[in-house]
Amino acid sequence: MISELHDAPATHPNRVSDTPPDGSPKVPLPEKWTKHKASAKLISPANRRKYNIIVVGSGLAGSAAAASLSEQGYNVKCFCYQDSARRAHSIAAQGGINAAKNYQNDGDSTYRLFYETIKGGDFRARESNVRRLAEVSVQIIDQCVAQGVPFAREYGGLLANRSFGGTQVARTFYAAGQTGQQLLLGAYAALNKEIAHGSVKMYPRTEMLDLVVVDGHAKGIVVRDMVTGKISSHAGDAVLLCTGGYGNVFYLSTNAMGCNVTATWRAHKRGAWFANPCYTQIHPTCIPVSGDYQSKLTLMSESLRNDGRCWVPKRKEDCGKPAASIPEEDRDYYLERKYPSFGNLAPRDIASRAAKEQCDDGRGVGPGGLGVYLDFADAIKRLGEDQIRERYGNLFAMYEQITGENAYKQPMRIYPAVHYTMGGLWVDYNLMSNVPGLHVLGEANFSDHGANRLGASALMQGLADGYFIVPATLPNYLADQKPGQYQDDSPEFKAVEEAARERVRKILSVNGKRSVASFHRELGLLIWDKCGMARTKEGLAQALKRLPELREEFWSNVRVPGSGDTFNQQLEQAGRVADFLEFGELLCRDAYEREESCGGHFRSEHQMEGEAKRDDERFSYVAAWEYTGDLAKPKLNKEWLEYEEVHFSTRSYK
Amino acid sequence: MADSKSSLDLTLNVWRQTGPDAPGRFETYAAKAIPETASFLEMMDIVNEDIIAKGGEPVAFDHDCREGICGMCSMVINGMPHGPKRGVTTCQLHMRSFRSGDTIWIEPFRATAFPIVRDLAVDRSAFDRIQQAGGYITVRTGSAPEANSVPVPKPDADASFMAAACIGCGACVAACKNASAMLFVAAKVAHFNHLPQGRPEADSRALGMVRAMDEQGFGNCTNQYECEAVCPKTIDAEYIRQLNRDYRNAAAKEVVGI
Repeated sequence: MISELHDAPATHPNRVSDTPPDGSPKVPLPEKWTKHKASAKLISPANRRKYNIIVVGSGLAGSAAAASLSEQGYNVKCFCYQDSARRAHSIAAQGGINAAKNYQNDGDSTYRLFYETIKGGDFRARESNVRRLAEVSVQIIDQCVAQGVPFAREYGGLLANRSFGGTQVARTFYAAGQTGQQLLLGAYAALNKEIAHGSVKMYPRTEMLDLVVVDGHAKGIVVRDMVTGKISSHAGDAVLLCTGGYGNVFYLSTNAMGCNVTATWRAHKRGAWFANPCYTQIHPTCIPVSGDYQSKLTLMSESLRNDGRCWVPKRKEDCGKPAASIPEEDRDYYLERKYPSFGNLAPRDIASRAAKEQCDDGRGVGPGGLGVYLDFADAIKRLGEDQIRERYGNLFAMYEQITGENAYKQPMRIYPAVHYTMGGLWVDYNLMSNVPGLHVLGEANFSDHGANRLGASALMQGLADGYFIVPATLPNYLADQKPGQYQDDSPEFKAVEEAARERVRKILSVNGKRSVASFHRELGLLIWDKCGMARTKEGLAQALKRLPELREEFWSNVRVPGSGDTFNQQLEQAGRVADFLEFGELLCRDAYEREESCGGHFRSEHQMEGEAKRDDERFSYVAAWEYTGDLAKPKLNKEWLEYEEVHFSTRSYK
Repeated sequence: MADSKSSLDLTLNVWRQTGPDAPGRFETYAAKAIPETASFLEMMDIVNEDIIAKGGEPVAFDHDCREGICGMCSMVINGMPHGPKRGVTTCQLHMRSFRSGDTIWIEPFRATAFPIVRDLAVDRSAFDRIQQAGGYITVRTGSAPEANSVPVPKPDADASFMAAACIGCGACVAACKNASAMLFVAAKVAHFNHLPQGRPEADSRALGMVRAMDEQGFGNCTNQYECEAVCPKTIDAEYIRQLNRDYRNAAAKEVVGI
């Protein structure tokens, strides 16, 4: 089943319809956000306290939104599965946050950040959202600095910048290799200020199990208290999902262990469209897998490619030798060779595929030949070890803890790993999903990164959505809603609550032989193998056949010890894996249907000299999947992408 | 794929406790054929899989990012919060730091202010409540001045950053014989008080957070600095001296009413 949100234009690509499908105003692109804000509905300060806003997730998007809405006077309830809001996985982001400040006087501008993000996303992101993102990027830095985020500074006391992949300017603000941590502490501090003020109530160790939709509108959630096991309802006037990405469908990823798709998947099953799930980002520089017991992969920040050079031996027979014994002329600095103008700072999808290509060619290094070198010898010679330590000290230390190797003395070994997911719930220009009242922020939505996200753009998007966009757009929805229409004990809530309880009972009653982790691992291997860095029609068809079988086995053979009314980590994980087993099918289906290559979605059948070959004529749309009650037959809604300012072109970093 | 150069056989004595008021006890488990490249938490995963396979209930422990930054993992390992290696969290501790045949004692972070949730997981929400008592700069979204309009001398920015590296794990409390949260509070106060943006509220911050620490049931600091020795982010105990100074000055001003 396919429907189109608006007419697929005759002159496509590069046509523009009269009514933008994202609901943004029909004005020239640079004026859209200003116009939209100016014509947005407002709620008067005295009335704001009558509205209850539910925020799920406390990462950059969630904390920023909860704090900002509370400052405006709304009542906010914020939920997170961690034991403290400050532990959400935004904390682990390392390298930096982009902003078009042009402090370096190197030719940056809002336009350039916007254009590079669209190009970086391989012309599969929505132009209006990206233009707005670039515009508010500068405000984010102001806000964070005022909150006390200790960004790196020059000796004169002003802010420092560095460069990231897919760009030729230095626009990235950073705090050593802990930028995400420092930004989240800023947002968490803002949240604490509002908790102290009494207008945010925080619910840590509380997991959303379902969305409650009443008369077509999202009006609350059902949650489980992870300590007592109590399942309860929280009614609100709007629901904001800020629950991150679905990278853990691959089992091994750089995500935290608890990251999951449950909130967005449950919302999907209640009617929200899931857009572009096949756009997953495989990050080129992660520490390689060392064994079957491995529970997660660790990222080595992209910022390292400012000073590190990627190489493999030119000859297969050199792969087993110590790196230092391989002379310069026998090394293949493959990124510099293939992409001379961007070199080691080629975008992530391209750098990952290049690494895979070298390893597939038998020239990988380390265990199993699944690794490439990231070498700092030149930079250390040029700048000295102290300078490198100041820039990346914590990353080198982390590398040593995990591998036992000193990267000041020998090159790092790295390999691509799942890191970020560009797909997510479909949202309009207000960041509202197709279910009225349900707003989706940060990594959980689909809108800004197209088929590939550029480095240092995730933090920018999370904070843009939370601090500046949703606080301006939410009143567009709320103004038409009578506040407090539903209570926690309304019958609509009780029914969803009971269904959540029944599901917990069902999981606990299977009492089979296989652990939750064994299912998760098998699912992850299947998805990585068939829907990872390179995908084929045949492989995806195999995955689509296997997934329902695996799901069936889960529900007949999983073993979840303990009970539902205690702190039960196996039960938590079982619920998440059950949802990943369903979601994985949509991921593979989207990849199967998208018969082109773009960004992180590489279909082996569609390539040109090893590079992704897009098909704009047939596929320049957002695939927004609708749940029909049958996992095997979701309905595809297409939002054709419209570009006013940029024009489709072949993405080149050569 | 497997590249475990060697593996370890270990005996684990693990603290088991079903809830905050339930009695606890050590249980002994054999951990066999643990790859030395596995992390400590991956070793716990392997042991838990074995417990599940035998029909038992796995050991509960807090963890999330497993890369040393979220601060969720805890555990006292052989008497040391986060184990024997300096400057790392439990999740970053790898089994190559142990030898085959070792007996390992694994306990929760113990403190009155950190009630046990289950087994090795404890409730550290007292830390959140301390930060709600002043661990922020009052700035509304949208009201911030241009970022470069307030230069921050690099030494101040660096001192702030070094303090802000605190991950709020609570190892400092677990290591302290008085279960004092002084290093944590000192780091949180210093993060803001070292910056010009944080100065307007420096006094109320120091007073508010120290008093909240006392209210939450943490003990007093007697300057032994076990906290510094076990801190996975190697936060400098010098910040404690600075907090004492900030608190003293603020308290004196409060008394004389300025």
